[in-house]
Amino acid sequence: MLSERTPVRFYQVGSFAVGNRLVELERRSAQSDPRRANSLSSGHRACAGCGEALGARYALDAAMRATRGQLICVNSTGCLEVFSTPYPETSWRVAWLHSLFANAASVATGVAAGLRATGRDVVRVVAQGGDGGTADIGFGALSGMFERNDDVLFICYDNQGYMNTGVQRSSTTPGAARTATTQAVGPQPGNAFGQGKDVARLAMAHEIPYVATATVADLFDLESKVERAMSLHGARYLHVLVPCPLGWGTLSKDTIALARLAHETGIFPVFEAEYGEVTSSVPLRHRTAVEEYLRPQKRFAHLFDKSGAVTSPDVVARIQALADRNIRRYSLVPDEDQ
Amino acid sequence: MQRQIEGSLAIAEAVALCRPQVVCAYPISPQTHIIEALGAMVKEGALDNCEFVNVDSEMAAMSVAIGASAVGARSYTATASQGLLYMIEAVYNAAGLGLPVVMTLANRAIGAPINIWNDHTDAMAVRDAGWIQLFAETNQEAVDLHVLAFALAEELSVPVMVCVDGFILTHSIERVDLPDQDVVDRLVPPFAPRQVLDPNDPVSIGAMVGPEAFTEVRYLAQLRMRRALEVIPELAERNADAWHRPPTGLIHPYRSIDATLIVVAMGSVLGTIKDVVDDLRATGVNIGALGISCFRPFPVNEVREQLRSATRVVVVEKAFSIGNGGVLSTDIAMALRDRRVTVHTVVAGLGGRPIWAASLRALFVNAAEGTLPATVFCDLNEELVERELERMTHDRSSRSLARRDRAE
Ligand SMILES: Cc1ncc(C[n+]2csc(CCOP(=O)(O)OP(=O)(O)O)c2C)c(N)n1
Ligand code: SF4
Ligand SMILES: [Mg+2]
Repeated sequence: MLSERTPVRFYQVGSFAVGNRLVELERRSAQSDPRRANSLSSGHRACAGCGEALGARYALDAAMRATRGQLICVNSTGCLEVFSTPYPETSWRVAWLHSLFANAASVATGVAAGLRATGRDVVRVVAQGGDGGTADIGFGALSGMFERNDDVLFICYDNQGYMNTGVQRSSTTPGAARTATTQAVGPQPGNAFGQGKDVARLAMAHEIPYVATATVADLFDLESKVERAMSLHGARYLHVLVPCPLGWGTLSKDTIALARLAHETGIFPVFEAEYGEVTSSVPLRHRTAVEEYLRPQKRFAHLFDKSGAVTSPDVVARIQALADRNIRRYSLVPDEDQ
Repeated sequence: MQRQIEGSLAIAEAVALCRPQVVCAYPISPQTHIIEALGAMVKEGALDNCEFVNVDSEMAAMSVAIGASAVGARSYTATASQGLLYMIEAVYNAAGLGLPVVMTLANRAIGAPINIWNDHTDAMAVRDAGWIQLFAETNQEAVDLHVLAFALAEELSVPVMVCVDGFILTHSIERVDLPDQDVVDRLVPPFAPRQVLDPNDPVSIGAMVGPEAFTEVRYLAQLRMRRALEVIPELAERNADAWHRPPTGLIHPYRSIDATLIVVAMGSVLGTIKDVVDDLRATGVNIGALGISCFRPFPVNEVREQLRSATRVVVVEKAFSIGNGGVLSTDIAMALRDRRVTVHTVVAGLGGRPIWAASLRALFVNAAEGTLPATVFCDLNEELVERELERMTHDRSSRSLARRDRAE
């Protein structure tokens, strides 16, 4: 029986959805908890099944726990900012500042510097934004923050496109994906291959104290990475894959399943790195072919026919090859011949 | 204390006296000496509790200042020209968020063609951003205005830009009286922010505002800005009492009380203009001058009052709006729109071209005689322009352009 003060813990029988299955009861992620910060509280205007809302809620609550509530959050422009703060409402129960699209990392540097100068550096700083605000327009600011090793955790919620402006391509949009600016038309429909940025690896190249990736399929992993990040000082970076039902053309109920498939296919490697060296990775439990991940997403619909059979085997093979490279690079299948 | 000192260093000293807590630095001429000097002061421990951040761009400079100011730290940066344009989105943002950042703008032309020398085009590019814009006439005034700027910004929760003519002021060495620390401590009390990011009392700053309230937000910003027209003279009087120098008010009238011809300008060119006024007064011309030291908010009433005897006004401007004309001239004409006053624009000093007293004198004489055109480019090299127009008439692709130019 649940008393009012008992946290409700995730545990979904027969699925890996929340990733709690393998940890003991008291360490499991809480779905609801009377002591929870609810940094991003309910009532915001995200689409149903928004991976970004889920990721931000867990990441920030973990950061609030880790800092005993002594946290300031800086947000770049994008879905997360727009759906959470339509004047005169706000969903944030954390001290929160939105300035611009490109400058969240710099503003966070300023917050950290201001706190230090005024003798309040027990208060910690998280900056967050979408992939556009991180990998594209905000990249210079982010790189500068990394290079100076400012005391900021930057969290990118990567939904692989400019969703707030209506699903345009960003430099984290995968090859072949349809967006409003990489339409599924012409001889090579969807986004071009061979372009784009791997921000986690770029962050590692700055040799900052901590870089990690996570998905919203494994909230326990996400929370513990945030906690680890907050236990350290200096520039830290967390890249979270957050499916977007609207932009990806997926069902709201499939957000977590797709995040899990992104990991289990090797398309999105989940790992940690310190000072530029990979220190751990989350192995695939059920290695899955990439087409299982691609098929439910309308942004890849041009690779399949109505029955779900692959019609562009070369494109699917290319995506598979990228996943296989990740599996090798991050040792995601430990027994596989390296 | 009287010091023989470079303008930039005097400004850096003045800023340091105001005890900034976060200084963001990015190099661009002619501002760079200011942040270099502040960097050295922080590094050698002469400035307590101050973070000096070497940022990666001007966009980052203003953004770091925004973040620092939002947690209640007194924040300062300096820029010029291209740097100001590079940060322009954050310039508007700081004002919109009501953060009292202080910035020195070492006025410089904007490219292309790239040009590092002085004019006022950069300041004009952010005229409507919601910053208070003060123009210094001398290095002494630059020092005094910086001290005033911190108190003013924090009193109103509005950012303040102190505009100083690049090179002409920033790089000239002259005697400046730097106030004592205890005086400045009295004039600039510790920063008590209006709204602050505090985990123990969390607020959301920077929400999205739609059509239902945006006009009201801007209307209130206008009221707050206009309040500066009362606060600036108060602070200026108080500061002047403390350091026994004339106040840096909203405007500087010079021999204008009964003048029928009044020359209006901003910044260091006023020195030359005053010399010419003296010279012409000696020959019997009824001329005076009016320096605008507070450009935004625009002191309409004070300007009207000081120009009451004028039948003709010549606005000497180091900037103009391409396709229209003078920028300050437009404000002056608006201020006088119910009066029968002829307003001329003299565009001068673009891209660092020297403004000679003799050239101004000739133009003012023309004005007094009623022969000055509505808009004049001071010391325009007519021959060069003619040659280029001639060349263009032979170049098929730009022929129509040349013809139109001549027709006008
Ligand atoms: C300087 C600037 N350019 C463009 C925009 C328009 N804009 C607002 S949000 C956005 C997309 C945000 O994409 P991302 O950072 O990936 O966040 P998402 O909405 O996908 O979560 C864009 C292009 C802007 N606000 N500012
Ligand atoms: S468009 Fe995507 S990222 Fe934006 S609120 Fe909807 S689901 Fe979330
Ligand atoms: Mg995005």
